[in-house]
Amino acid sequence: MLQTSFAPYGMPDPFADMRRMQRDMNRMFEGFGTAPRDGQPAINFWAGQDSIVLTAELPGLSQDDIELTVKDGIVTLSGHYPEPQTGEDATWHRRERPQGRFSRSIELPFRIAPDRVEARFANGVLTVEMQRPEEDKPKRIEIKSS
Amino acid sequence: MAQEVARQEGREMTETGKDRMAMSFTPAVDIFETNGTTVIMADMPGVAPEDVDVTLERQVLTLQGKVRPHAPEGYRRLSTEYREGDYVRVFTLSDEVDQSKITADFKHGVLRLELPRAPEAKPKKIKVRAN
Repeated sequence: MLQTSFAPYGMPDPFADMRRMQRDMNRMFEGFGTAPRDGQPAINFWAGQDSIVLTAELPGLSQDDIELTVKDGIVTLSGHYPEPQTGEDATWHRRERPQGRFSRSIELPFRIAPDRVEARFANGVLTVEMQRPEEDKPKRIEIKSS
Repeated sequence: MAQEVARQEGREMTETGKDRMAMSFTPAVDIFETNGTTVIMADMPGVAPEDVDVTLERQVLTLQGKVRPHAPEGYRRLSTEYREGDYVRVFTLSDEVDQSKITADFKHGVLRLELPRAPEAKPKKIKVRAN
């Protein structure tokens, strides 16, 4: 029998559905991971007792390329991806890495003490630990029995 | 030039150990050619320079990076836009590469690999014998 990749009039391809499903699954997972969303860096948030930690993947950037500001519980992460050093008349074959400027602002669930923000940058990953101001921390109220 | 082998759409789950399910990701790459050198840049955030592995066997180039988990301890996940996992990507090179001149740099989670093309191999003449 002649094998064709499609069947115009005869039997429908029994594997078409399976392939489609796999494609859909792949697309679903494409939202995660290192795939950049319009060049915006991916950010994860972690919650502690009285603090919040932000981690962001910023490969290729150095400390000087990143700008981080915190104001009224809104954290803004901006910067630019450095241009690859190509030398003269380079021929491009593939360009998947993010380029250009980026800026993201995220509202945090509580206010941040600006003087108690700690940021580290290692191997292309930024880690920022932010503390809640002392006066905003929930206070335990003692209930007196009468 | 480098051609990709078995492009993994998005990412894959691979079992790396008996008790550990790890994700392996396809790093984003830039590939360009300049002055007879093919340059490959691959994004591998979260990987330390000593955990990057580049192998070239015949014409098959494999880029690998083992990620160091950087999730803060004692914290619970609030929102997740990226996941941590190792990186793997495989290419086949169509040009003969001068293996002694390959350089690999790793800085800020980015691998930069320079593959200079070998001096043009001399055309080999094959003698035809007449019986």
